[in-house]
Amino acid sequence: MTVLVLADHDNKALGAATLNAVTAATELGGDVHVLVAGNGCAAVADEAAKVAGVAKVLLAEDAMYADALAENMAALIVSLADSYDVILAAATTSGKNILPRVAALLDVAQISEIVEVVSPDTFVRPIYAGNAMATVQSSDAKKVITVRSTNFAAAAATGGSASVEAASAAADTGLSTFVGAELSKSERPELTSAKIVISGGRGMQSGDNFHLLEKVADKLGAAVGASRAAVDAGFVPNDYQVGQTGKVVAPQLYIAVGISGAIQHLAGMKDSKVIVAINKDEEAPIFQVADYGLVADLFKALPELDEALG
Amino acid sequence: MKVLVAVKRVVDYNVKIRVKADKTGVDLANVKMSMNPFDEIAVEEGLRLREAGVATEVVAMSVGPQAAQETLRTALAMGADRGILVKTDETVEPLGVAKLMKAVAEEEKPDLIIVGKQAIDDDSNQTGQMLAALLGWSQGTFASEVNLDGGTAKVTREVDGGLQTIELKMPAVVTTDLRLNEPRYASLPNIMKAKKKPIDEKTPEDLGVDISPRLKTLKVEEPAKREAGVRVESVAELVDKLKNEAGVI
Ligand SMILES: Cc1cc2nc3c(=O)[nH]c(=O)nc-3n(C[C@H](O)[C@H](O)[C@H](O)COP(=O)(O)OP(=O)(O)OC[C@H]3O[C@@H](n4cnc5c(N)ncnc54)[C@H](O)[C@@H]3O)c2cc1C
Ligand SMILES: Nc1ncnc2c1ncn2[C@@H]1O[C@H](COP(=O)(O)O)[C@@H](O)[C@H]1O
Repeated sequence: MTVLVLADHDNKALGAATLNAVTAATELGGDVHVLVAGNGCAAVADEAAKVAGVAKVLLAEDAMYADALAENMAALIVSLADSYDVILAAATTSGKNILPRVAALLDVAQISEIVEVVSPDTFVRPIYAGNAMATVQSSDAKKVITVRSTNFAAAAATGGSASVEAASAAADTGLSTFVGAELSKSERPELTSAKIVISGGRGMQSGDNFHLLEKVADKLGAAVGASRAAVDAGFVPNDYQVGQTGKVVAPQLYIAVGISGAIQHLAGMKDSKVIVAINKDEEAPIFQVADYGLVADLFKALPELDEALG
Repeated sequence: MKVLVAVKRVVDYNVKIRVKADKTGVDLANVKMSMNPFDEIAVEEGLRLREAGVATEVVAMSVGPQAAQETLRTALAMGADRGILVKTDETVEPLGVAKLMKAVAEEEKPDLIIVGKQAIDDDSNQTGQMLAALLGWSQGTFASEVNLDGGTAKVTREVDGGLQTIELKMPAVVTTDLRLNEPRYASLPNIMKAKKKPIDEKTPEDLGVDISPRLKTLKVEEPAKREAGVRVESVAELVDKLKNEAGVI
């Protein structure tokens, strides 16, 4: 069996989630190949070649792959698919965009966001915002899978010595073009791979007040997240959203501040090792999942926390 | 210009679902059902395009049992012009739904198809991308803004790093994200009017589509339960516990 893992990257560096995807691929058994498609991204391929467990890296460089637009990426993957039994990617927005298109072109089901490999054809995946776990068996000869990164350890970034081979580009579909991007810039760790995450909700009242949270985040080396309500209200950008329909995180420590704990939010953070909730409403459902609950006004508690962390 | 929107009947987002004791699935008896929230956003976007004079007709379609009629009625009450129910009592996977939608699209010839990014029951996040693939159309997933201009659609997408804007050749498939719009509520007069709007019924057989599942659900279980922990009285106590008990800071 050979598994093709689609690398997540920005043409400069390999996305952290790819390492988790490689681990899931390894658990399936067989050879693991990684596809790096982009433009001017040879350094990413070299990085992928060093990942432990990777046997081969395919490098497809072309201007049309620079922004990983789904139509051309899917065409490329389908052109390579004959040699593979499984095509797999991390369930990032990029993986979620591209892989279902690949699956449909191959006339197979996609198995979305698996959290466990039971056997090469059987997987566990969350449904209903993680309130139920389904064990599903695929009858498709070729499998297309996305992986929830937080449920698979990261493969070692070094230790491997895979060969890098050029893959030829597929025909340009001409269906979409890149116009621009507005990416959040931050010195803080990336939300989905941070060891500590501190998130704010509607209780924060404004974007300005997020500074209270950011000060604490910087002392802890934490990433900053948010509830949907905080994003909808415009306090913070969309990429801060943690939850069923945002990002899934599972850090060592998750601190929820002014967040009530709706099931859609819990879906994105309840696998965190230690959960802290700071909320002024002692009945807030977030306390039902919190290891440490502090009933307090966040405008008092956050400056105190900042102070206590020295 | 015609817009086709997909509406799925799902367990209401406020319901705390229960797993059946025999592990065969989720208990859906006497549970409140609603339109998938992302599909309300899809309907709303279609209506706004019609109100802006860009679209002339908004057609809603659903795949499901007879009861999915109610979801179509909700779409009609919001303002959609007519409905199409592809009736089946089988569970249809995203690939099957995409194939049924493709068959309907070939009859209806819409210029734009809007679906939700994700159904909140199966959490698949696949159908729109699959439909675009099967039709050979462009796709604008996780959209927070859609602007149609001549033969193209400019779509701003919510991605992991922030926002990305792309231009799609039309016809196109767009999937909605939460910030695309705020869906309207159906007014009472519109609910009454919707009763008279047509809903066309078809079956997968009528459309010549094979919807047999590719995945077999072996079991459905409750996730591991998280025990509630302790209450701390002060920030000082919290920091002490995080340092000395949990060892996480
Ligand atoms: C289709 C769909 C998808 C969704 N996806 C997501 C998702 O991915 N992620 C997500 O988070 N949500 C999601 N939601 C929304 C979810 O249902 C909740 O509405 C949302 O999580 C609520 O955010 P919140 O807890 O910040 O706000 P609220 O529920 O309003 O809670 C605010 C909390 O702040 C507390 N508070 C207020 N002031 C203070 C203060 N001064 N000090 C301390 N505490 C204070 C209050 O007691 C309250 O508990 C989704 C909903 C739908 C329908
Ligand atoms: N049975 C269905 N009937 C109508 N629309 C559906 C159905 N299943 C999926 N969809 C559409 O596809 C979107 C994504 O669903 P999914 O791929 O299952 O997460 C939904 O938001 C709907 O717009």
